[in-house]
Amino acid sequence: MTDAKMVLMANQIASFFATQPGEDQAAGVAAHLKDFWEPRMLNQLKTYLGQGGEGLHALVIEAGQTL
Amino acid sequence: MKDFIIPWENGTGIQDDIDRGTPAKTGKPVTLTIDGMEITVPEGTSVMRAASELGIQVPKLCATDSLEAFGSCRLCAVEIEGRRGTPASCTTPVHAGMKVHTQTDKLRRIRKGVMELYISDHPLDCLTCSANGDCELQDMAGAVGLRDVRYEAPKNAPLANHFEARNTSGEANPEWLPKDDSNPYFSYDPSKCIVCNRCVRACEEVQGTFALTIEGRGFDSRVAVGAENFLASDCVSCGACVQACPTATLQEKSVIEMGTPDRSVVTTCAYCGVGCSFKAEMQGDQLVRMVPYKHGKANRGHSCVKGRFAYGYATHQDRILSPMVRDSVDQPWREVSWNEALSFAAKKLVGLQQKYGQKSIGVITSSRCTNEETYLVQKLTRAVFGNNNTDTCARVCHSPTGYGLGQTFGTSAGTQDFDSVEKSDVVVVIGANPTDGHPVFASRLRKRLREGAKLIVVDPRRIDLLESPHMGESHHLPLKPGTNVAVVSALGHVIVTEGLFDQDFIAERCDVDAWEDYKAFISDERHSPEATEALTGVPAMALREAARAYAQGGNGAIYYGLGVTEHSQGSTTVMAIANLAMMTGNIGREGVGVNPLRGQNNVQGSCDMGSFPHELPGYRHVKQPEVRKIFEDTWGVELDAEPGLRIPNMLDAAVDGTFKGLYCQGEDILQSDPDTKHVAAGLAAMECVIVHDLFLNETANYAHVFLPGSSFLEKEGTFTNAERRINRVRKVMAPKNGYEDWEVTQLLANAVLKETGGKPWAYAHAAEIMAEIAATTPSFAGVDYAVLEEKGSVQWPCNEEHPDGTPLMHVDGFVRGKGRFIVTEYIATDEKSGPRFPLLLTTGRILSQYNVGAQTRRTENSVWHDQDVLEIHPHDAENRGLRDGDWVRLASRSGETSLRVKITDRVSPGVVYTTFHHPDTQANVITTDYSDWATNCPEYKVTAVQVSPSNGPSEWQERYNAQAEQSRRIEAAE
Repeated sequence: MTDAKMVLMANQIASFFATQPGEDQAAGVAAHLKDFWEPRMLNQLKTYLGQGGEGLHALVIEAGQTL
Repeated sequence: MKDFIIPWENGTGIQDDIDRGTPAKTGKPVTLTIDGMEITVPEGTSVMRAASELGIQVPKLCATDSLEAFGSCRLCAVEIEGRRGTPASCTTPVHAGMKVHTQTDKLRRIRKGVMELYISDHPLDCLTCSANGDCELQDMAGAVGLRDVRYEAPKNAPLANHFEARNTSGEANPEWLPKDDSNPYFSYDPSKCIVCNRCVRACEEVQGTFALTIEGRGFDSRVAVGAENFLASDCVSCGACVQACPTATLQEKSVIEMGTPDRSVVTTCAYCGVGCSFKAEMQGDQLVRMVPYKHGKANRGHSCVKGRFAYGYATHQDRILSPMVRDSVDQPWREVSWNEALSFAAKKLVGLQQKYGQKSIGVITSSRCTNEETYLVQKLTRAVFGNNNTDTCARVCHSPTGYGLGQTFGTSAGTQDFDSVEKSDVVVVIGANPTDGHPVFASRLRKRLREGAKLIVVDPRRIDLLESPHMGESHHLPLKPGTNVAVVSALGHVIVTEGLFDQDFIAERCDVDAWEDYKAFISDERHSPEATEALTGVPAMALREAARAYAQGGNGAIYYGLGVTEHSQGSTTVMAIANLAMMTGNIGREGVGVNPLRGQNNVQGSCDMGSFPHELPGYRHVKQPEVRKIFEDTWGVELDAEPGLRIPNMLDAAVDGTFKGLYCQGEDILQSDPDTKHVAAGLAAMECVIVHDLFLNETANYAHVFLPGSSFLEKEGTFTNAERRINRVRKVMAPKNGYEDWEVTQLLANAVLKETGGKPWAYAHAAEIMAEIAATTPSFAGVDYAVLEEKGSVQWPCNEEHPDGTPLMHVDGFVRGKGRFIVTEYIATDEKSGPRFPLLLTTGRILSQYNVGAQTRRTENSVWHDQDVLEIHPHDAENRGLRDGDWVRLASRSGETSLRVKITDRVSPGVVYTTFHHPDTQANVITTDYSDWATNCPEYKVTAVQVSPSNGPSEWQERYNAQAEQSRRIEAAE
């Protein structure tokens, strides 16, 4: 998929968890990504994060450290 | 229709099918004596029904047990000791100690006199009548011993009647009316009508349409449709009137053509998620008609036009019965043997995995196929291909239900059975159109609305349910597409801030910390209806009144459809709905609950069977080693622990060049999935697409292997409907393609295993597949074909704890323990209207067509809907200079198409609506690839569009049709 689409999808997930109470929103994002994203999608995200992760929601960037 | 004396086959699950004259009642036991025999029945039961339960059939004509007693024919008169006269047994309720006589000289004389009058105005063409052998009038004439008719014509004048077109002098009979053959499936012959009123009452009581009436009085009384003919009337062709008719007046055309059936097999409809039970009535291996089965627990003897009549696709000339292959999609198809096709497919799939990796191929299971077939398809990818690349069309409909209800309740299951609606006091319908999408449920709901239940509809369109005849209070919240979360949260805000929530239920059944978080969140003024009105378009006061009605009206039940799920916040709306039910305590008993209306017949089952790429059967994540072990032990292979690709991800990966092969059973993703151009690009990028279907569907334009499928009439299996009810599908004829679909999957698996050296599968019957499902999946542990024969159907969970199944979920506690409130913040979709695309398009379906139309377009249902049309508000039409019926160009950021326009205020200004039943229109060229944040369920329901005048089909449509025609060529056999 295009990076733009991937960024959009990841940010949608982050936007949901950002609204949730508590302190573990990034963990929620990471868990969701691990549960539902196929390895090549996660790899694309990790690669993109490695390149700076432009446009990614802060929670995705934080979650990326645990992927 | 009279009871057939049919030699029921053992093992067809058919129960006593006798018409007992009046409906069953529930009440305290009452004992009475009929013809010297004692019987105990529930209070409220009619004398007629009590007699029938003793085995005594009191003669009747206007009574049938699907309808309340009417008492007009006078044939069912009885004598009751201590009472004067001869009361009608159908309208007389039983009393304790009552002594009834059903056969006396007096009664015989009365009945004979009644029958004599009926027969005096009825043609005596029994031998050539289509109801010969299946006519209650004929039976009753015999039962009362009618031997002659004494009425004669007066001198110099003919005997007035309704059945002779002309008198003996050749003069036209003014009382005679011609047959009405306008409906494609049944005929109305007024000359045979006895005006028993059963058809009119069936249309009112059972269907709830009120299309029929009796006009005139006395001798002039006639059944009338309030229009030129049946087709032009409000009739929805559900067949209830035909079923109720005791004569040949309303008769299936198939019976007129073929004659009466000689055997009958109970099976399950293959259309929507209601999952109606039908009797397939047969002559040999020819299907004569489908008749709704009165012991079917989902439909209780009712049907709609699709299940009742639209089965002709199963024998349509378009069906492909031979396997076909081709090396590339620009070549014509080549018919080959099964062996050649399977070997061709297996070699390609194995080659792709060798070249591109284990995860380069996958499968799509079908919600139109059986549980057993779906289970095998997901097993194929997990156990044979060695990956989790399996998905199902539920991805594009109810995947957010799985996520949303799973997070809040602990399971995605709908909470009720359909009977539950009979106990509801307030029914909320969100983003669903039951009269069109789930018609038999809609009839059951309408019955409850006529009894006084309140209705709340949350939908951009004014759906037909809001115009139900004789209903009481109703509320319509016509929201702007894409604002579901804001509206449902505003309902929650009103309930919380006005103190209408059920504190006891919350304290006992829910996670209190999560409730406190939610309560603080939802109480904020930004969620108030006044604050959200400008955004949602729903007047604040209307929303407040609806919230109060739901929270304070007694049993509140929520039913929802794809108007909830197919949004970028689909999962969030499902959670918001669950929040509403929990805060009002509307969970865990009859009449309440949260009920996803599943689009297709086996959406529930295909999800249950592990079709999703992250879940093994029974909704257990593939990451759990203990779950994988169950299947690894059963299948003898190691399983992949990482989730696979979902359908949109498969297509993206195909375009990227990493996903190369697909086995697609019974789905047409090119027509049904969003952003057609992207789907086509994905399919075109694959090197081996295997389509397993009845027809060369749109997806097959890009296929290399075509494996012919079998219809639901040709196979054994089970479907699981929206109420989790597992119903048997029974084979009534041999598969025309040679194999049941589960056998085809097994053949493909074995062809691949032959290449890879694996141990072949060896299922000999669908029942063996169900046995494996039961052995591996706790919620199905108690399900087997013997149980289904015995009980007719069961609702999962069905296991040691629930041996009879589970009609109601979450009765004593939620599946996850405590119900969990989840904060549901509204986040606007990225798909926004603007100057270029100022209107919002939303899509749906219509009664007569089904999904992509592959089945219904190949039936006479197309007389009601032969093309998709675009509904537009008069204001928007006027701005664009459009007249009703004009061709228009419908364009979005994704693409454009052309279709005809229908001007109606059913949609609000700024909103347009169409269906996606016809490939010529390809509404999904317009829809975008935006999707639900949690599940990737496409956002079909919101697309920013522009509508402008057009001269006809777009260039894209013409190009597409040419390509499709080219792709469907089949090489002539040598």
